Amino acid sequence: MSVAVDLRACGFTHADGTRALLPTDLAIRAGETLAVLGPSGCGKTTLLRLIAGLAFPDPPGRVLFDGRDVTRLPIERRNVGMVFQSYALFPNLDVAGNVGYGLRLRNVPRAEREERVARWLAMMRIPELAHRRVDQLSGGQRQRVALARALAVEPGLLLLDEPLTALDAKLREELRVEVSALLRELRITAVFVTHDQAEAMALGDRVAVMRAGRIEQVGTAEEIYHRPATRFVAEFVGTLNVLAGTVQDGALHLPGGTLPANGLAPGPAVAACRPEQLRLDPEGTLSGRVTAAFFLGDRVRVVIEGAAAGPITLETTGAGPRPGDIVRLSAAPPAPWRLPGP
Amino acid sequence: MGRDRLALALLAAPAIAFLAAFFLLPLALMLRTGATGPDGWATYVLVLGNPRYLASLWKTVALAAAVTAATLVVSGIAGVFLARNRFRGRRVLTAFLTLPLAFPGVVIGFMVILLAGRQGVIGELTMAVAGERLVFAYSLAGLFVGYLYFSIPRTVLTVMAAAEKLDPALEEAARSLGASPWAVVRDVILPGLKGAFLAAGAICFATAMGAFGTAFTLATRIDVLPMVIYAEFTVGANIAVAAALSFLLGAITWVVLAAARTAAGGTVAAAG
Amino acid sequence: MRPRRGAGFAAGVAFTGLVAVFLIFPVFLSVLAGVTANYQRGVFASGVTLAWVERVLDLYAHTIGLSLGLALATLACTLVLGVPVAYALARNPGRLARLAEEALVMPVAIPGIATGLALILAWGAVGGFRTHWTFILVGHVLFTLPFMVRATLAVMLAVNLPTLEEAARSLGAGFLARFRTVVLPNAAPGILAGSLMVVTLSLGEFNMTSDAAHAVHHDPAGRACRLLRLDAARDRLGLHARLPGPARSPPRRSAMGIRPRLRP
Repeated sequence: MSVAVDLRACGFTHADGTRALLPTDLAIRAGETLAVLGPSGCGKTTLLRLIAGLAFPDPPGRVLFDGRDVTRLPIERRNVGMVFQSYALFPNLDVAGNVGYGLRLRNVPRAEREERVARWLAMMRIPELAHRRVDQLSGGQRQRVALARALAVEPGLLLLDEPLTALDAKLREELRVEVSALLRELRITAVFVTHDQAEAMALGDRVAVMRAGRIEQVGTAEEIYHRPATRFVAEFVGTLNVLAGTVQDGALHLPGGTLPANGLAPGPAVAACRPEQLRLDPEGTLSGRVTAAFFLGDRVRVVIEGAAAGPITLETTGAGPRPGDIVRLSAAPPAPWRLPGP
Repeated sequence: MGRDRLALALLAAPAIAFLAAFFLLPLALMLRTGATGPDGWATYVLVLGNPRYLASLWKTVALAAAVTAATLVVSGIAGVFLARNRFRGRRVLTAFLTLPLAFPGVVIGFMVILLAGRQGVIGELTMAVAGERLVFAYSLAGLFVGYLYFSIPRTVLTVMAAAEKLDPALEEAARSLGASPWAVVRDVILPGLKGAFLAAGAICFATAMGAFGTAFTLATRIDVLPMVIYAEFTVGANIAVAAALSFLLGAITWVVLAAARTAAGGTVAAAG
Repeated sequence: MRPRRGAGFAAGVAFTGLVAVFLIFPVFLSVLAGVTANYQRGVFASGVTLAWVERVLDLYAHTIGLSLGLALATLACTLVLGVPVAYALARNPGRLARLAEEALVMPVAIPGIATGLALILAWGAVGGFRTHWTFILVGHVLFTLPFMVRATLAVMLAVNLPTLEEAARSLGAGFLARFRTVVLPNAAPGILAGSLMVVTLSLGEFNMTSDAAHAVHHDPAGRACRLLRLDAARDRLGLHARLPGPARSPPRRSAMGIRPRLRP
């Protein structure tokens, strides 16, 4: 049912000569969910369109589904389900008409079609919307209809283009949980494109981080977060504290004190750590002045200056310090770690 | 992708072929016909140097420009007003303002005669009030009224459509910054409607340049260019001059439209 | 909708109302003239009659039918030619498409008399085409096609057809299925608006007809033609307006000195 996707040297150049995607290799396993993460204009949507068959790679790029070459096959013959950023629901059809559209094209008998549409609407928990016009739906409802429509044809591959971007924050989180559960349950290969790193890490079995037409790193959310392959990945995913200083006598010397070198090579060094890898510690060897503290409910985010060359951020629970306080910090291994080059 | 391109080309082909056969080719032939007179290609230059034709050309352009300006002012005010206010009777007013879309130029000429002709209402009124009969149907003024009559409905529709699309937040933002009603009109509404004005104005100008039925009904004395062309062709049998004048008329109108579109930075003829 | 309406609103209503009167009053007048027994003497002096309407219907029923038929034929042609080309333009953002669009709109930009003359010069000598009703049909289609294309194109662009089509493709729809199930239904409002405009313009557009027709009629070669039936209605209207004195009999000469042709 679910297919494995293999991109071989797939690049894409627009008609006007701009390179949207440099030749890229990417293997997506059957049944996995791959999140493609990157800033706008990085080529992630192009990558999705190449997989979908809405665009074709520059020669000699090839697209394989389960080892079968589908490079020249247009989307209508690839049996993929696609959820568009704008949802692209057909305004001339009602909800049931939209969900059943693909089945109608496949000449599924009416009775069976209705039964399958009803099943998908129930699965999406919107059975009462069957005969609603699509312009009467809320954003979340549209999203569910779009998903049901894409899944109703039982595609081997589900493609989602910024599927949750258009929703407000609370709904987005709700749907994120639901979509995640759905994808696990269906065990369908899914590729979704997003610029929201939290979404990518929550939904993707693996995350591909892209920049400027190139995939910088593919890995699990943990790998991406804790072992970024490039400085761009480190900075783009999560909050990053850059610790530039000198390693000497087993310690990283910074403007506001020292941190354990943690295996960094002696000499000038650019290290980094994540906010949760630092903690307020009266015994700490690094000190700085608090310039801002944000109460986030379950934790307090504290911005400190003077410790490193730039501001650094850490998160703490309980009553946080106030702006103006001088605080001392320590780092928990594996921090600080070496920040990879660009 | 390639197959789609082919299909799209096939879809476009009939209309393009029709246009080529019945519009582009005839225009090209007309351009050549203009040079078949005794003066050859010089006909075009001579026509422009002829005081009678030149005067007629200026008169036509001036009339079209005046009609366009008046139409834009009238339909601009009425259209924005109708688009931005909801009141009882609005639908009826809107229907009235758009009804004459359906009348041919000839009928409009006839109406102008009823209005300002020898037995016209205005004549009767001025006769009763001032003791003198005001008759202007058969002059340029009559033509002006007639053109205004059929230009307003088309323009009102375009203006209304554009005014309804204006973001009300823009006006609210301007007012929050202390803009007076006049400043709102000048800085928000007019710039927002610029495209619609250019589009509708261009169509209005083009129509007024070439409208023939109205002029024909009103009188043959009004020597706007279309009438001159008609006279040259039918009475004077001066086919080369008629063709040259037609071509020039078309070229001038088209240039004005193209200029308006460049100014609007997009699709002017969308006015329809 | 502000609850309180000031002088500005009143002025707006007054102005718009005046414009409406300007547009409607002549219509009222012409209806009145149409049922006035003797327009020269006025409606009150001479009374009301339906004789003129009857006579027009009697003499020109055929003409009216012909204009309706012509309008419908024009509509059919603009649908067949215009909708596909609008779709092609909506799908194609290229320079060539913009050029085609420009050419398609040009007939609106070029005055009807120029186009009419050009048509006669180019096709007037081709067989019996010039005396055939399809000659006028060509003129009408030429002039109304841009309106159909524009109305359809505007809606196609507004509903974001490319994305809807991509969605349909992802569900397995080929070119024809897409055109039938996605393009046409979603462009329908535009096609309908375009159709209304085409029929209205075709019924109303005497310019093109009369330009072509008159020029042919007064052709120096002296070839009159019978395709000018539509034009007869025009003469009739002009004539009605300037009916001399008490004459009630069908007039022999029109006010423009053109001999009424075509006795049906």
